[in-house]
Amino acid sequence: MAPALLEIAGLSKRFGGFVALDGIDLNVRPGERLGLIGPNGSGKSTLVNCICGTLHNETGSVIFDGKPINGLLAHQRTRLGLARSFQLPRPFMGLSIADNLRVPLIYTVHAREGKRFTRAEMEDHCGEFLRLVGLADKAKKFPRDLSMVEMRKLELARAMAAEPKLLIADEAMAGLSHSEVDDILALLARLSERGITIILIEHIMRAVMAFSQRVVVLVSGKKIADGLPQDVMRDPEVERAYLGQ
Amino acid sequence: MRSSVFFLIAVLVGAAVFFGARFVHNEYIFFAGFVILQFIVLATAWNILGGYTGYVNFGTAAFFAMGAYSTVFVHKLYPLPVPVLILIGGIVSGIVGFGMGYLTLRLRGAFFSIATLALAVVLQTLVVNWTFVGGSRGAYIIRPNTIPLIGNYIEYLFLIMLVLAIIAITTARIIERSQLGYGFATIRDDEVAAEASGVPTLRLKLIATTISGALMGMAGAPFPYYIGYVDPASTFGLAYAVNSIAMPMIGGTTSWIGPLIGAILLGTIQQVATVTISSAANLLIVGLLLVAFVIIAPKGIIGLVQGFRRSRSG
Amino acid sequence: MQIQLDLLVSALVAGILLGGFYAAVTVGVSISFGILDIVNIAHPAFIILGSYIAYIVNQRLGIDPIVVSIVVLPAFYALGALIYQVYHLSFEKRGQDALRGLAFFFGILFITEVGLILVFGVDYRYVEAAYIGPTLRFGIVNLPLRLLVPCVVSLALFAGLQLFLTKTFIGRAIMAVAQDQLALQLMGADPVRIKRIAFAISIATCSIAGACLIIIQPIEPSVGREYIGRIFAICVLGGLGSLPGALIAAMLLGIIESLTSTFYGPSWAPAVAFGLLLLTLALRPAGLLGR
Repeated sequence: MAPALLEIAGLSKRFGGFVALDGIDLNVRPGERLGLIGPNGSGKSTLVNCICGTLHNETGSVIFDGKPINGLLAHQRTRLGLARSFQLPRPFMGLSIADNLRVPLIYTVHAREGKRFTRAEMEDHCGEFLRLVGLADKAKKFPRDLSMVEMRKLELARAMAAEPKLLIADEAMAGLSHSEVDDILALLARLSERGITIILIEHIMRAVMAFSQRVVVLVSGKKIADGLPQDVMRDPEVERAYLGQ
Repeated sequence: MRSSVFFLIAVLVGAAVFFGARFVHNEYIFFAGFVILQFIVLATAWNILGGYTGYVNFGTAAFFAMGAYSTVFVHKLYPLPVPVLILIGGIVSGIVGFGMGYLTLRLRGAFFSIATLALAVVLQTLVVNWTFVGGSRGAYIIRPNTIPLIGNYIEYLFLIMLVLAIIAITTARIIERSQLGYGFATIRDDEVAAEASGVPTLRLKLIATTISGALMGMAGAPFPYYIGYVDPASTFGLAYAVNSIAMPMIGGTTSWIGPLIGAILLGTIQQVATVTISSAANLLIVGLLLVAFVIIAPKGIIGLVQGFRRSRSG
Repeated sequence: MQIQLDLLVSALVAGILLGGFYAAVTVGVSISFGILDIVNIAHPAFIILGSYIAYIVNQRLGIDPIVVSIVVLPAFYALGALIYQVYHLSFEKRGQDALRGLAFFFGILFITEVGLILVFGVDYRYVEAAYIGPTLRFGIVNLPLRLLVPCVVSLALFAGLQLFLTKTFIGRAIMAVAQDQLALQLMGADPVRIKRIAFAISIATCSIAGACLIIIQPIEPSVGREYIGRIFAICVLGGLGSLPGALIAAMLLGIIESLTSTFYGPSWAPAVAFGLLLLTLALRPAGLLGR
């Protein structure tokens, strides 16, 4: 059994008097496809923020790829191979689509490997990611010219361009149509085939079931279930707290 | 075009300006020109931090005055040539910029901005209490009448400021087109997303603050020789802050051209207004223009031109 | 030793009284910045405006400055509402970056200061009132009325606002709008209107704070900028949005400033706030009652 890529132990986060996360334990194996579900406000995004360094957790440890990352800044964690997409897309509005992808290339991949792509190599890499998400023909456009679906794809592409070992997709499919959801699923599946570990945070059950090898359920800041998708779905506590809604 | 070519062109333009001014043979051009060139440097310096990264510095006067008072301090000990004083002024202001940035840039942008405003007040208090540089009564700096090679000392100061302006603009342009420039733009657009993409935002912000502060200090260093009398009330005045903000915002903050246009335009208007109306009134005009542009034309003159071009072709 | 003790006590007392005043100066920003998230750095300019209005009316008609400030209160309220409306339409609605909002308020600060210079010049102005001269004495404790009256007025203002924010419907809506605009809308209240009321209130406080200011010290147009550092220091030290925190921080600042002034000279006073601020930022950025 390969050692876990991501080990979270006893992670807690409070906002003033409000406990957003209460002693979360979670292990993710390399190459795994993990689904993370739970009602709104259960702390899923807070968990992502704590893992990625956007927020600081008060207690608990996070170990990524064998290295403890508590206290590391967000950009340092991204350079170690942890990438995420934001629930509400946050593109760089003043940069073109292609330039949006250039940023993680310059600041993550370059910095990590200490090599510098030539202009041509960068164009190639950006082009590749854009093709992967189907935005190749919009390379020179700006985020304000994109539809919602396309913005979500850009959001994923930007996370992918950081060439992560672990990608966290935070509700990337919200509000999308049936076929658009399939598009994103196919994209994530292709990434998984490349060996990238993926944590999928979603409300769309069929996507979670189709994609995940394992499902974790978060309710009111606590983990209440962790196992095979079919087992978790049948768990009475999960039904009561979440599925019944 | 490559930066080296741009630099060469800028030097040629600068030379043309300088020798053109000498040809006209009117002292006033050099006096007024010095002020406008000074504004070009200040506006460009401000924009490197404010326009590129989105962090607003209200304390331009503080950094400018640190350059000026470094000169006063050194002058009273042992007169050094102006280029050396510029280096000293730049280093002092750069260090203070770095220090203040280190303390406040980890907080929200608004905190940084307010801190810069408070910094100006505090430094003014320090200078007021420092009798060696004249305290509240100010200090007189006697400038030499002539200097070898150039002749008239004012023309020499004009030339120095011209060189500084070329350096400032070239620096801004290099940053804009470099990977550093990308990083700055991401900080301006969405700092959290930038961090998540691997951009070391604190480090970049510190770089911007230091470069910006240093350039402002360099602009301040020759000032005592130009004006002859330096006192805290005027050196730390709001005029520098409002001008260094208004000029890039009116010209356009996204490129090095904006501060240049804004400085030349606003600087000239002010020179005219000071002579025809009064100096307080001309500041009022700048303030009103700033508010007007910020509300009506937030992208500045560059934005207006781009919009005009788009509607013509589209 | 006796002389030192006297000096120390009067410095402490003056500091506490000053602190009460500083709380009134800051309470408006606690609302506009702490609750509404609007960086109104022009706040001191409105205070100085209040001071000058009190001065003019006091000079021409001999009316007590605090009375003037209360009479003029509605005008300041209206001004605040107007400015918020402009700010909202130009910036909040368009979702512009913070840069433009800051530049807007800075422009207002600047225009106000220069306008005052043009109208009143840079000479120091002061008011005449019955309580500016006398001092109450209780043993070694001196209570200059010049400091005591503004302090009492300030604390009354402060207490009044605290009651308003916690006990009335509009007050609680204001506190709520900071946290959840959507919920507010669902309850039938219009967030924009609530925010406008809150901002107008914050500007209205400047009328009273301004009158208090000119009672405590003579003013000239650039005095406003000294207060930016103080306001900021109090907000950071006391934690944003916490009125009680602001009061404690204001008192602390007042005391430290007063002690510095007494033992090292008054010309160092403006630097105290900033020094305190730097210290706080370096050691405990979340403030005294830090979140």
